[in-house]
Amino acid sequence: MTTERKLKIVIAKPGLDGHDRGAKVVARALRDAGFEVVYTGIRQTPEMIAETALQEDADVVGLSILSGAHLELFPRVVAELKKRGMDDVVLFGGGIIPRDDIIQLEKIGFKGIFGPGSSTLDIIEWVRNNAPTRDAA
Amino acid sequence: MGAQQRPHTGRRLTAVVTSDLSQRLLDGDRHALTRILSFVENGHTEGRDALRVLYPCSGNAQIIGITGPTGSGKSTLTAVLARAYRGLGRSVGIIAIDPTSPFSHGALLGDRIRMQDLTADPEVFIRSMATRGALGGLAAATDDVVTVMDSAGKDVILVETVGAGQDEVDIANTAHTTIVISIPGAGDDMQAIKAGILEIADILVVNKSDLPGADTVFKQLHIFMSLDRNEGWQVPILKVSASKNEGTSELFDAIEDHRTYLAQSGRLDAMRRQRARRQLLAVAQGQLLARTLAQAEAAGTLDALIEAIAARELDPHTAAARLISAE
Repeated sequence: MTTERKLKIVIAKPGLDGHDRGAKVVARALRDAGFEVVYTGIRQTPEMIAETALQEDADVVGLSILSGAHLELFPRVVAELKKRGMDDVVLFGGGIIPRDDIIQLEKIGFKGIFGPGSSTLDIIEWVRNNAPTRDAA
Repeated sequence: MGAQQRPHTGRRLTAVVTSDLSQRLLDGDRHALTRILSFVENGHTEGRDALRVLYPCSGNAQIIGITGPTGSGKSTLTAVLARAYRGLGRSVGIIAIDPTSPFSHGALLGDRIRMQDLTADPEVFIRSMATRGALGGLAAATDDVVTVMDSAGKDVILVETVGAGQDEVDIANTAHTTIVISIPGAGDDMQAIKAGILEIADILVVNKSDLPGADTVFKQLHIFMSLDRNEGWQVPILKVSASKNEGTSELFDAIEDHRTYLAQSGRLDAMRRQRARRQLLAVAQGQLLARTLAQAEAAGTLDALIEAIAARELDPHTAAARLISAE
């Protein structure tokens, strides 16, 4: 029996667009990097994403969005996570997100935003460097 | 032991054994539940402390196992059953297991995709687990995760195994009722007489019964199951289409019939003892191995023995005897 804690990452797609190729590629890449990845499927409400993060005790949550509603939906995910006491979750996002918006999202806790052309290796390295070393609650 | 009342509402642990987190779990705090599940899954000392306190509060939940090949509809069927129990006002825990990569040791846990509508229900708690090298179709900590969900007051716990082939039969030692799913087009009648997974079924489901070939599977299963010695429970074989919600109420009835059978026949009591013995031996085995390895590593004998086996100077049996006897 090992006592090493494996990082658990939830990859979720908020909003109404159904383009989940990117989310699946990232989920698969993180799997191959040795993480335990939960993929939620498409069309998730902020409540569903936060609830999944709670039930899975996620260390990291990654949001993927194409629709352009990130400024609307990402903050609501943060609020729902807070409501559930999950404020120690590390957040990152991906999608077509303009530079000005990135600054706003960074302010609410999205430490990593990955746009088109991002390498999965960069994402993996980012997760390794930014994931919490949470041991005891 | 003794008559334990349902926890969850107002149960107080005595000050001596209490841990704050376990008390919060019994008070219905889902954040405490999710953290304890992680501690237990990761073999953390806090997990063992919690299990010590919570174990006497468990033993009330009905545990249902769902197993079958990859893509046979386990997640969809699990979601259907969860909805049925929620319709009766019962709270539900779901443990959904997917495989760990033998190469990267990572895992992609995707069973929740078929259970999305359940996420919003506060009386349903879904936890995905990776097998982490366990080979029997479950994750190593599955029994402990069941215990924790049980103590948190879940009335029904659905355990969905990894995609199972022939030999992933551990679920039968965890669940009260094991549902084995077959699908059309997955082999000839030879498959139905082989040993293994079909033998552990309390209920056999032919899922995707709307597809061609379902009748053939159904008949084959009927013929070969009729050869079984009947020990008080005749395994029902049910045609189901989980995605179209056909045949699911018959399945639900069969589960409840089996539950009644277990209670009335005395099988449930026998089961409890068998499981207590199995769990004790499994945990003791793990603890003994951990202790032996720690000692051997400290003494430096482990590497020497491995080298000797690899060089064919020593056979594995003799080496193991030395490993154990070296204090």
